Amino acid sequence: MSTVIKFLLNGVEQRVEDVPPTTTLLNWLRYEKRLTGTKEGCAEGDCGACTVVLRELGPRGRLAQRTVNACIHLLPMVHGKEVITVEHLSRDGGLHPVQQAMSEGHGSQCGFCTPGFVMSLWHGYETSAPTDAEAVADQLAGNLCRCTGYGPILTAASAARDLPDAPSDKAEARDRLKALDAGALGYRTNQGAFWAPHDAATLAKLIEDHPQATILAGATDVGLWVTKQGFAPKEIIYLGDCADLSEIEETLTGVHIPAAVSHQKAMTSLAEMFPDMGELWRRFASEQVRSAGTLCGNIANGSPIGDAPPALIAIGATLTIRKGMKVRQALLEDFFIEYGKQDLSPGEFVQAVDITAPEDPMDLRCYKISKRFDQDISAIMGAINIQLKGDKIISVRIAFGGMATTPKRAKHAEAALKGQTFDEAPFKAAMEALDQDFTPIDDHRASAAYRLRTAKNILLKYFIERRYGDARITGRGKVLATKVAAE
Amino acid sequence: MMDGAAQHSAPNAVRHDSADRQVAGAARYTDDVVEPPDMAHLALGLSKIAHGFVSGGDLGSVRSAPGVLAVFTADDVPGINDTGPVVHDEPAFALSEETGADVSYHGQCLFAVVAESREQARAAVRLANLEYAEGSPILSIDEAITAKSFLSEPYRMARGDAERAIRRAPHRLTGQIEMGGQDHFYLEGQIAIATPGENDEIHVLSSTQHPSEVQKVVAENLELPLSSVTVEVRRMGGGFGGKETQGNLVAVAAALAARVTGRPAKLRLDRDDDMILTGKRHPFRVSYEVGFDDEGRIEGVRFEQWANCGWSSDLSHAIADRAMFHADNAYYYPDVEITSHRCRTHQVSMTAFRGFGGPQGVLGAERMMEHIANHLDLDPLKVRRRNFYEPAEGPGERVATPYHMTVEDSVIDQIVDDLAETSDYEARRKEIDDWNRANAVIKRGIALTPVKFGISFTTTFLNQAGALVLIYQDGSIALNHGGTEMGQGLFQKVAQVAAGEFGVPLDMIRITSTRTDKVPNTSATAASSGSDMNGMAVQDACHQIKQRLADHLDKDELLFENGMVYWSGGRMKWADLVKDAYMNRVSLAASGFYATPKIEWDREAAKGRPFYYFAYGAAVTEVAMDILTGENRMLRADILHDVGKSLNPAIDLGQVEGGFIQGAGWLTTEELVWDNTGALRTHAPSTYKIPTAGDRPDIMNVSLWAKGQNRELTIKRSKAVGEPPLMLGVSTFLALQQAAMAATGEWTPINAPATAEELLMSFG
Repeated sequence: MSTVIKFLLNGVEQRVEDVPPTTTLLNWLRYEKRLTGTKEGCAEGDCGACTVVLRELGPRGRLAQRTVNACIHLLPMVHGKEVITVEHLSRDGGLHPVQQAMSEGHGSQCGFCTPGFVMSLWHGYETSAPTDAEAVADQLAGNLCRCTGYGPILTAASAARDLPDAPSDKAEARDRLKALDAGALGYRTNQGAFWAPHDAATLAKLIEDHPQATILAGATDVGLWVTKQGFAPKEIIYLGDCADLSEIEETLTGVHIPAAVSHQKAMTSLAEMFPDMGELWRRFASEQVRSAGTLCGNIANGSPIGDAPPALIAIGATLTIRKGMKVRQALLEDFFIEYGKQDLSPGEFVQAVDITAPEDPMDLRCYKISKRFDQDISAIMGAINIQLKGDKIISVRIAFGGMATTPKRAKHAEAALKGQTFDEAPFKAAMEALDQDFTPIDDHRASAAYRLRTAKNILLKYFIERRYGDARITGRGKVLATKVAAE
Repeated sequence: MMDGAAQHSAPNAVRHDSADRQVAGAARYTDDVVEPPDMAHLALGLSKIAHGFVSGGDLGSVRSAPGVLAVFTADDVPGINDTGPVVHDEPAFALSEETGADVSYHGQCLFAVVAESREQARAAVRLANLEYAEGSPILSIDEAITAKSFLSEPYRMARGDAERAIRRAPHRLTGQIEMGGQDHFYLEGQIAIATPGENDEIHVLSSTQHPSEVQKVVAENLELPLSSVTVEVRRMGGGFGGKETQGNLVAVAAALAARVTGRPAKLRLDRDDDMILTGKRHPFRVSYEVGFDDEGRIEGVRFEQWANCGWSSDLSHAIADRAMFHADNAYYYPDVEITSHRCRTHQVSMTAFRGFGGPQGVLGAERMMEHIANHLDLDPLKVRRRNFYEPAEGPGERVATPYHMTVEDSVIDQIVDDLAETSDYEARRKEIDDWNRANAVIKRGIALTPVKFGISFTTTFLNQAGALVLIYQDGSIALNHGGTEMGQGLFQKVAQVAAGEFGVPLDMIRITSTRTDKVPNTSATAASSGSDMNGMAVQDACHQIKQRLADHLDKDELLFENGMVYWSGGRMKWADLVKDAYMNRVSLAASGFYATPKIEWDREAAKGRPFYYFAYGAAVTEVAMDILTGENRMLRADILHDVGKSLNPAIDLGQVEGGFIQGAGWLTTEELVWDNTGALRTHAPSTYKIPTAGDRPDIMNVSLWAKGQNRELTIKRSKAVGEPPLMLGVSTFLALQQAAMAATGEWTPINAPATAEELLMSFG
């Protein structure tokens, strides 16, 4: 086990042994290395000015890369990986095509968000991501610009591809990372300890032995406790490097998604099974956050407004909870006990979520209602899963986030629908029944009245969409409208 | 007509001067300057209540926290302990350990901590043990009215007899609109670094739009002559008005720390503290009573405007005045009365924000236009056209503003005609009507709105600017002026002016930081005036030097072009001429000056010519809305904007496009929420939602109006561009209101911001 944080920064090996384990990657870059191209805009992973790229070797030695927000990424998390900052792109003195396209196309005004945009665009360039405006807007949802109105930045993504190709250092990066051979991390300073084991068994033992330790996956939540509340835990156990928890496994009935699988990875396989879930995950946070944050983490932290739990409850997902060598299964819907309290005892952790493939992929529909379409926490998140046999409703699961202190099923509404004919009347009854299911609150995201009214309308929307066809303002500029006549 | 793409490739459409460095991460912002090893760091202690006083407790545990070098309160300020820009009603540090503290808003600065590191300073602040006696705060315009809490007496502008005209008009309507504030969300937060020098000198690097004012408040708080304080800013990571006065406290705190510790000191606010502590756009209520004829032509109108100014004056009077100056937007009101109320609340002091009250005035007028159109069942565009100020070449009957200035340069009718045609407004409006009849869930709306924006500081003395042009003996040129660079491209536009004057390539002009020891007594880079005023001041300096060169050669006239200087019968290389002039002891430095002509304003009488000229533009926006959830988005926007003869079309188009999106953000997703204790609940990008890339409409056609040219003798006949386009976002809001009306089938007034919730709940 390495006691030193070993990683590559723009191709050069770094060994860090003297910083607190909660040091953020951003502060280390800016104030220790004086690489000031990477900016701090918010220190909470919401503006993207601190975007950097992480490269690492996947299970079969494949080079993978992703964007992360350096402001909430803890430095020990990059152990064994390579960090690429904006300075690396123009290392030979010339501008990289994405930089050239941004500059020549007037993509920077005040310039403070610019290095973050450049890194997101560079990531797209290196991974040959699509460059149509809709796809680029998704790639850039985690980068805020207050000056340009985004037009020139969206254009830069495709303009960069029209310029002469930039040499890539992927092959060298692969070799460098192989040579780095950092091993698992066991880092200790007088400010605290940070473990990054490489396998689930070691992880489980560490968590069992250190039940008070903070379990860290992507730091998209814990990172904010550090930057905003001065949180400085004595022990952190990072699970992101566990190779045996990083890959989605196909099972006989569906998929098994272990704890280290990021949202970005999970969304592909979830979207294949449930098309409407793909749209939900597209709008789930930003690429930077989805690449770091994990599905299991979104569940384990017990947020009443997390987007994943309602959708997963609606499809009857189950959890694998582990303590040491003991493993138990639990229904996700039973996991959330009350606000801040989950069915998780000291020494336990959520090792995986299991999802059963649907008979009809169109049974599930998810409705994420937020002030802004992209990268916003939901005011209401509704997921409705209804199975029909002929025109009879034979099974119904409805779950909401943002309506109670935990993600919760709408049992009264479900009862109003179950066994009924798929028609408007039972949906109207279910809308009425929702009053008994929820007493939402007023907050800065929405009022109680709006929450309840919209939740009811979501039920109606499900009916309309399933009966007549999609009626949504979805995607970028795409308006899907059904010509259902007004009542 | 030239479209935006063609305008982008005009010869003068050069890139922002720092573009290459910005994309490479090599452009330095204040926090990027290398920290000396002895740098001290600050954090501010903020109030936990909105109204009341600090009744007890102490800062003992703050003082004894690890790394703490000093803690200071009002008691430690040698000077006035105030950062108010106009009125001294803003204590820098509210807490005195001798007399306690009156608290005026949640998040008010009580004290400051200086420590060895930023982390230590921030950690120490959290240890404050203060007891509060909480009063009941005033948190809205209504509560201020009930409590009679105002910053000043109401202010009135009038022409004719509005009351009588309304009474006699064939139709009358009354209405009201509430509009929320807006956080600037500059990507670079407030920051200052103060470095002590010899004697009592102090140097302050500040992210400010107003270096001269930072210099003044630092001097006043440290009890120093202005000459002891030098303020410098190379660039800001965005300003938008949020750094016109809001950097004052940050700079004062850093300067005080430098003074107390004798070390360089930095204060960089955390984003949440920044949003809690610093001012926003003013929330407003505008009500109207209007009389009009069968055609929708206004005969008389009365507006009442209520501005939520927050706890202190800041720039609120000038801002509320400008809301009145724009209550007419582009419309002639035969008889008119506008009354403005400046409410004092226990909220953060509202401040300058792109448009400076103008947007609130404009939105009031535009809502009224929609109301009239709905009442008469007319296309709102018809009603707008009938009420426009007369064009410049008209008979001069419908040209008087409510403040008795004559509109001499109106081109709004031509711009709107051009835009209606290029955007296919009529046909699309019909197509949208058809869509709305056929679709029950998704409704669409379209609106075309104009903007007319008065250019000049309405505080007349601020309309002055200075510049310093230095030519070195190799011919290279260093350019300095009082304007600051916040991304708007000012430095490049002004450099283009200087390069044009001397006929040299742009890269011979060295753009340098704005510094109070180079150009003194400057005004804020605000009121869209940056290139108008600094461009002219630089031109003045260039002319002086050119005259000296002509005198030196004993020629009446020189032509400066392509790096050469020509005269009748001869020529010389620029660099050779400069060298020759130097050898012959000719001064190669000049300070330039400019004072905007023609303007005068009698505030007491509410009469005069506060503006040198007007800028015009128009936008047409189409939206779609889901009537089950209120979710909505822009589908298409077409913009035509008048910047006169553009100094730099690429930079101007960037201002227009960015301003529109920022205005649309203000009126849609950007919602400020204070809870009932007066705490701001939306103080980070996780809760306060500015537009993202995906919010931009799929189809966006932005063009500068090719026929534009300034009637006044501005720099190269250009027009100011910073603020006016923000108001183009009003078209988005009114398109959403149109969609809401399509949902309800009746007049459906909505308030701003038009969040999904606001829209859904407007359906009754």
